[in-house]
Amino acid sequence: MTDPERPTEPASNPAGAGAVPATDAAGSYRAPRNQWWDVWDQFKSHKGAVIGAVFFILMVAAVYLGPYIWTIDPTYIDIRAKNQGPNLLHPMGTDQLGRDTLARMLAGGQVSIAVGLTAMALSILIGTVIGVLAGYFRRLDGPLMRFTDLFLALPLLPLLLVAVLLFRDMLSAAFGPEGGVFILIVSLIGITSWMQTARIVRGDVLALKEREFVLAARSIGTPSQRMVTRHILPNVLSPIMVSATLGIATAIITESALSFLGFGFPPDFPTWGRLLFDAVDRMQLYPERVIWPGLAISLTVLSVNYIGDGLRDALDPRIRGR
Amino acid sequence: MLTFTIRRLLLAIPTLLFISLVIFLLLELAPGDPMAQVPLTVPPEVKEKMREALGLGDPVYIRFWKWLVQFFWVEPMHLIDNLFGTSLAEGQQRVISWQTRSPVMDIVAQRIPQTLWVVGVAYVVAVIIAIPIGVYSAYRQYSWFDQAGTFVTMVGFSVPPFFSGVLVIVIFSVHLGWFPSIYDTTHKVTDWDSFVVQLKQMVMPVMVLALQITSQISRFMRASMLDNLGQDYVRTARAKGMTEKAVVLIHVLRNSMIPVITVIALGIPSIFGGAIITEQVFKVNGIGQLLITAIYANDIPMVQTLTFIFAVLIVLFNLIADVLYGILDPRIRYD
Repeated sequence: MTDPERPTEPASNPAGAGAVPATDAAGSYRAPRNQWWDVWDQFKSHKGAVIGAVFFILMVAAVYLGPYIWTIDPTYIDIRAKNQGPNLLHPMGTDQLGRDTLARMLAGGQVSIAVGLTAMALSILIGTVIGVLAGYFRRLDGPLMRFTDLFLALPLLPLLLVAVLLFRDMLSAAFGPEGGVFILIVSLIGITSWMQTARIVRGDVLALKEREFVLAARSIGTPSQRMVTRHILPNVLSPIMVSATLGIATAIITESALSFLGFGFPPDFPTWGRLLFDAVDRMQLYPERVIWPGLAISLTVLSVNYIGDGLRDALDPRIRGR
Repeated sequence: MLTFTIRRLLLAIPTLLFISLVIFLLLELAPGDPMAQVPLTVPPEVKEKMREALGLGDPVYIRFWKWLVQFFWVEPMHLIDNLFGTSLAEGQQRVISWQTRSPVMDIVAQRIPQTLWVVGVAYVVAVIIAIPIGVYSAYRQYSWFDQAGTFVTMVGFSVPPFFSGVLVIVIFSVHLGWFPSIYDTTHKVTDWDSFVVQLKQMVMPVMVLALQITSQISRFMRASMLDNLGQDYVRTARAKGMTEKAVVLIHVLRNSMIPVITVIALGIPSIFGGAIITEQVFKVNGIGQLLITAIYANDIPMVQTLTFIFAVLIVLFNLIADVLYGILDPRIRYD
């Protein structure tokens, strides 16, 4: 995420630039410091964000490394051990077919987090491309932003439901039931959540375009392509990073919501939303089955939101160093 | 201001047309067949006739045009007929649901009160709670109240309604038995006792929806108050010797409310969307639940109409938010 090799762009940090002569006047010379260290220092001071980051990393590690330690197959049906409460053999109990809930939670977490990360990557990609194009090329600004407004006016949840129903069978036939639904859900979430990123990126690009270093770069004949990749993109990295973090949270919630409404992955293929959906029917008898996946979704989203909050503070030069 | 409003209204027309086209074309691709329920003994030519009777024989653009006419001309006329007892839409073809073979709008009109009751009450409750929380957290920034408030709003922000809803059902209706877990829409309020029953069944859905909305609005309120509290005019007001109450509750609050009001307006349509999930959890048979059953039953006219109603709400409230912003803040009038 952070790139320690990147040279500090002087223009990306107006407040910091103003502060440098003051330290020089004091006579103490400090070696130039990479700005990402400042960001890291500020991020560390946000307690919630650090806890969130640690929790999220642990969650990802547990979900991806856990199956190597907890080797019970999540699809293994042991009908004699059905409907057990938490015990030593099954720390989270078993479901109505005797499948181990912990193993299913781990498998479900892999899918949910994978959907969150890929959908976020897709939505950031679309948002950044549209935002940069609209901000940098004046001719594209009008049409692209009208397009964004149109997307913002679409009722997303109903359309998502309809689209899942329409394309599920088609993609399942092409890529298999799990792969097809994965591609479908990831691309649908990506296509319907890029608008905020595009707007923020466009605003920042518009402001950057008026800066002297862009003028300087243009006056030595930098072609548009290199302008964007070399000068514009590194400087809009911070809003992109923040919306990327928050995008993970929205993607995870949307996937779970779709699964919860019965429009997500097939029944024998656990995701956190699907586990919650299956548990609701029996929640009067076995309320803990509702709690596990719900808690996993909520805590993951909460930690991601805290990371986003901390990143926003850390990447804002007006707040940093205060 | 008036010209701006008119211009925005005119711009809303192509937006709505585009959205209706998207919705229409998307559903055009639907693999479902409305004849799927018809017994196999019915010969194919009869099925073809039945298909034509549903209006499926025409090319796409003619059906789109017919749907537009029905939706924008016949249905409003019908509404006027109902309100004033005229007969403008007499004998005109209305949008018919494939599930029930009755006009879609009649079913929607039956379902909307339930949704409006739950969502509307939740929204009002949420706004009433959120604004004082936001104001006080900003005024005492980094106090324990602010810390707790920020944490609670963060949690409310992160816990999806399909979990918080299920959780309150487990706690309040399974374990404590205080409230019913299913919302009974046939319940009529006639006297005090039935009012209490209605109140009891509304508590949980309203609580779930309100938690979400409160956390969004109070975060905005806090940020907006913080922006304003550092402004020069606040120092001036204090220097004039105004009481702290007047400074905060009159000067700062009024200015901070400007962006918050637009956020409140913008949030209303998304609440209808979010209510789809809450309605599903508590089995409220409002329009969200209607949409889900219509999607499952392949009832395309119903899905089209409902999705389009959601789109109209979004466009309408975007417009309202823009106009309100201009009215409240003279600096950003667009003329």
